[in-house]
Amino acid sequence: MRCAVVQFPGSNCDMDAVKAINHAIGESADIVWHTVASLEAYDLIILPGGFAYGDYLRAGAIARFSAVMEAVAHEAERGKWVMGICNGFQVLTEGGLLPGALRRNESLQFRSEIATLEVVNAETAFTRHYRAGETIRIPIAHGEGNYYADEQTLLRMRERGQIVFRYAREHNPNGSVDDIAGVINERGNVLGMMPHPERAVHERLGSADGARLFTAIFESWREAYAKR
Amino acid sequence: MNLLAKIYVTLKGSVLDPQGAAVTHALHALSYDAVRDVRIGKYMEVSLIAASETEAHELVRGMCERLLTNPVIETYTYELAEVEQ
Repeated sequence: MRCAVVQFPGSNCDMDAVKAINHAIGESADIVWHTVASLEAYDLIILPGGFAYGDYLRAGAIARFSAVMEAVAHEAERGKWVMGICNGFQVLTEGGLLPGALRRNESLQFRSEIATLEVVNAETAFTRHYRAGETIRIPIAHGEGNYYADEQTLLRMRERGQIVFRYAREHNPNGSVDDIAGVINERGNVLGMMPHPERAVHERLGSADGARLFTAIFESWREAYAKR
Repeated sequence: MNLLAKIYVTLKGSVLDPQGAAVTHALHALSYDAVRDVRIGKYMEVSLIAASETEAHELVRGMCERLLTNPVIETYTYELAEVEQ
């Protein structure tokens, strides 16, 4: 599986993502600079955490207009897997690849801690190695993770299984509507989440629960590849 | 012509504004009991050159909708005026 981790000026979880891929599935990953115009060679594209372009104006607002984002949109259109983690999630919502928006945390505080999540949809290419309703522990580190979508959009997302992860009841760290921590597009190939699975791939990091996201996408790729 | 656009970006009415809520509390603590609500937004000044006012309006609306605001959660108003060079 060919993996790309996009690097924007201000990304800071890019190497964590590369190492998580190495560790969890034994694959290598290329760091791809934000000026790259084609991502055709890749099966999985990760938009990592950080503060792309300083998060000036709004988180992700400037990054979404970088050259590489056209390539990301193009590959998403072709059905490639795209995963936005934290700042990457913000870039995907700003760019319209995922519904909704991420606002400043309700507490106005930056929250860095291990969050307890509920796997809401375990039937996606990214979450098939979890059980629906399973509780997992994944770290968060963000100041603007307060997910918002209007009622109508939320209704549609619920009907289509687009809410993939929720913060455990009574443990919503940022005020997200419906306790939403991660969402997927209708087609099921673009995932965005505020928690950092790449920081939870080994018990020594405090949790290994994030590793199954990478093993799941690897298995999905193997199945798709075998059919070709 | 040289123009100056004064752009005001605010969160949509339906979107909770935690900063505004914190400031409302602070004002109440200072006994400004008259204060009912505070909404915090952004103010931007964009200097631009356009052939006509119509063109300038189009440009400003375009930049507001594409970059300066996120229409999912924000809304904007602006004032446009001709200025000396």
